[in-house]
Amino acid sequence: MRHLLTTAGLAREDAIRILDTAAQMAATQERETRKLPTLRGKTVVNLFFEDSTRTRISFEAAAKRLSADVINFSAKGSSVSKGESLKDTALTLQAMGADAVVVRHWASGAAERLATSGWVHGSVLNAGDGTHQHPTQALLDAYTIRKHLVESPDGAGLDGLRVAIVGDVLHSRVAGSNGYLLTTLGAKVSVVAPPTLLPVGITARPELEVFYTLDEALDAHEFDAIMMLRVQRERMTGAAFFPSPEEYTRMYGLDAARMARLPEQAIIMHPGPMNRGLEISAEAADAPNSVIVEQVANGVAVRMAALYLLLAGEEAAE
Amino acid sequence: MSSTAKPVLIENVSLAGQVKTNLLIVDGEIAEAQGSPIDAPADAIRIDATGLIALPGLVDLHTHLREPGREDAETIESGSRSAARGGFTAIHAMANTTPVADSAGVVEQVWSRGREVGLVDVYPVGAVTVGLGGTQLSEMGAMAMSRARVRVFSDDGKCVSDPVIMRRALEYVKTFGGVIAQHSQDPRLTEGAQMHEGIVSAELGLTGWPAVAEESIIARDVLLTEHVGSRLHVCHVSTAGSVDIIRWAKARGINVTAEVMPHHLLLTDESVRGYDARFKVNPPLRTQADVDAVRAGLADGTIDIIATDHAPHPDEDKDCEWGAAAMGMIGLETALGIVQKAMVDTGLMNWSQVALRMSHLPAVIGGVAEAHGLNLDKGEAANITLVDPSAPWLVDPAKTASRSNNSPFGGIELPGRAVTTFLRGTPTYLDERFEGLFA
Amino acid sequence: MTGTILGAPDISRAITRIAHEIVERNDGAGNIVLLGIPTRGLPLARRLADALVAIEPTFDSAARTGALDITMYRDDLHRQPTRAIGTTTMPTAGIDDATVVLVDDVFHTGRTIRAALDAISDLGRPRTVQLAVLVDRGHRELPIRADYVGKNIPTSRSERVDVRFLEVDGEDAVVLRRGENEGAGEGA
Repeated sequence: MRHLLTTAGLAREDAIRILDTAAQMAATQERETRKLPTLRGKTVVNLFFEDSTRTRISFEAAAKRLSADVINFSAKGSSVSKGESLKDTALTLQAMGADAVVVRHWASGAAERLATSGWVHGSVLNAGDGTHQHPTQALLDAYTIRKHLVESPDGAGLDGLRVAIVGDVLHSRVAGSNGYLLTTLGAKVSVVAPPTLLPVGITARPELEVFYTLDEALDAHEFDAIMMLRVQRERMTGAAFFPSPEEYTRMYGLDAARMARLPEQAIIMHPGPMNRGLEISAEAADAPNSVIVEQVANGVAVRMAALYLLLAGEEAAE
Repeated sequence: MSSTAKPVLIENVSLAGQVKTNLLIVDGEIAEAQGSPIDAPADAIRIDATGLIALPGLVDLHTHLREPGREDAETIESGSRSAARGGFTAIHAMANTTPVADSAGVVEQVWSRGREVGLVDVYPVGAVTVGLGGTQLSEMGAMAMSRARVRVFSDDGKCVSDPVIMRRALEYVKTFGGVIAQHSQDPRLTEGAQMHEGIVSAELGLTGWPAVAEESIIARDVLLTEHVGSRLHVCHVSTAGSVDIIRWAKARGINVTAEVMPHHLLLTDESVRGYDARFKVNPPLRTQADVDAVRAGLADGTIDIIATDHAPHPDEDKDCEWGAAAMGMIGLETALGIVQKAMVDTGLMNWSQVALRMSHLPAVIGGVAEAHGLNLDKGEAANITLVDPSAPWLVDPAKTASRSNNSPFGGIELPGRAVTTFLRGTPTYLDERFEGLFA
Repeated sequence: MTGTILGAPDISRAITRIAHEIVERNDGAGNIVLLGIPTRGLPLARRLADALVAIEPTFDSAARTGALDITMYRDDLHRQPTRAIGTTTMPTAGIDDATVVLVDDVFHTGRTIRAALDAISDLGRPRTVQLAVLVDRGHRELPIRADYVGKNIPTSRSERVDVRFLEVDGEDAVVLRRGENEGAGEGA
């Protein structure tokens, strides 16, 4: 595996290998000495063109626990004010000797451009590009689901499990990555969203079942996991995707009543940061079957696994 | 290019792919045009045109020359050179320069620079609204009466979206027989749009540019045109729905013409996979069904002409992430080859129709038909393009006379190309096979 | 000499002898903890534990046997295709202040044992660390020696020593073969 850019092309065996490796990494994190010498001498660059303290810290922790050197680069910029050029920044970092570049960018496709352009020679790990993909998030979500809902997780997928993804599917790279990965691992995925927040092209994905309200979805299936996506308030009235936050919460919010309709084994998930009271109520966020905080810890193990699998192997020949 | 006083004899050329002809050019005019051999003057330069096709010099109704303002991307000179290489003798320079061509002063500047360079006739297009702002009509009358004699008006790059402004513009140009060339794109439906809205855009996470944003404007504009009794030209038609609407409008007798770009005859939104920004263009690459529909529309005349929308951009605006990249492709030198590949070699068009849709009709729509797009008959101006339809070549974006290299066709093989271009008898482009002929 | 060097009875006798040597050297098996290095160090460690029980029935083999995966500590990762990480299971008796006996099937360059020593230091603080191997094939690249050796088999660099155990490979044997790649595959 040379790069980790998307879950769309990730084969089932490769995905399971990442999850199994993450389990081993998680085991090492139970010990007193959590640090491993595996990536000593390697340099990992966090190239973040979008603010994200949580994800950056997660990757930083993962790299450091494997004894890699970490360089953080934060660049400003958006589609409106272009800011620093991705190309020039990448060339500079390559000159500093990056073995891996973890990149988060506001432009969809930025990670793929970085990987195929020849501007950097090392591995590229997509930490979120625009509204396209966020593969390590989906992997940590899959890892969390497997840990809680599969009897013998080692070597296993998510076959037969039912997962609901609720919220702004159109703009969510988390939904993008999970849609492909969870299906590849054998889960049945339902997406729940108002039509305005679903991509026009979703009809070409027959493996995803679509519901226009959360109640309909809960009527139809017993979900093993329900993943609430963060809703951006600006998208409400500003861009007319939805009339108001209140109506959104009424129709799509996970409140105590809806939570009570979930089966006993169900886990509640959220990629964070949460809008408590909007897409998820406080009771749901803090419920015993909420794994939201654990997702964060699992994120470090999954990212350790990803860095290990990208960097520890054969001197990558082109 | 050197001008020559010597007569030029073109022997054994196929006139628009149909009739074997010999042409004699004297003093910028076609002195003789006949199937039997011509008794040419002794000092005449002889071109053996066996296997070549003669077309009237090509006319592009939609070119971006970037001067004034963005000479880093292209100048009137480099653009003219590129046009001549592509077989063009006349181009229409769009108004979205800096400053915008919304006054007599700017259009006259472009026109006179074009004359100075002398490789192509440059006809400036005037902006419909001041600064392309869409709220106030520009002084179209002054531009029409200037030395540039502007007849085509367009805010291309942007859409004249206010229906009242569009109505007024359509009415106003009747004064001097002008035409509004509309870039059909509803701005509200395409805010932040990056590529065609469909299955591919969902997968790639790029904001979509729905076909309806083009079709709804065309539908509105043809009805406005009918209502006020004016003339409309639709730029870069790209969707099947647009073709249907234009077909309906023409059947109703509405005075509308339309153009299609070579890239919309060949490429689909699948090319966007990989996020190579050389495929980023406005209107965007659509689906195969749309490509099939515009090809059929061009073949049956619903779409009248081919235009290039030659849009040069410097490397830094293309060698970057998709969201930061500019929209547009250069195309003057690849247009003819792509039309041959997509339309002629597939049997949808013959060379005579190429002459119609790449020379004669663009000249008529642009109001320059006294000088361009004329039949290659005795007495007419010698604006001639010689085409070799059996000269396969690999497109190399770096090898272009344009200042910019943003072509998406790199590595594609095209079947033929222009090998000589004459502007009023002067060769403005000579393929290397004719090197030394005019020394 | 190529072919089968040790058969099942030879292996069994070697294991029994090593167990006696461990007990003798350490004045009993009371403080011993066995850590097998995957893959084939594991069945070997278990058999060694059984042999220790036969000598000293009070030896709690279940609590004093574990597995030590050293993939994350190797110094040659970049020269190999990426390896799957195996499981490390600490013996329930713990390793602090214990006499840890590392157990591996083939002792070769010494790099695996160096990695194992690094891994152990991250897991706890044993009193001493000793090394038991079934086969010592020479060609050390580091100054590390084994305390207990089943059999010394001099080899050339191009040869391969394959240890097979019933539990993993369906038979017990130690086989010497001519190899194509030098240095490829497992080796201590």
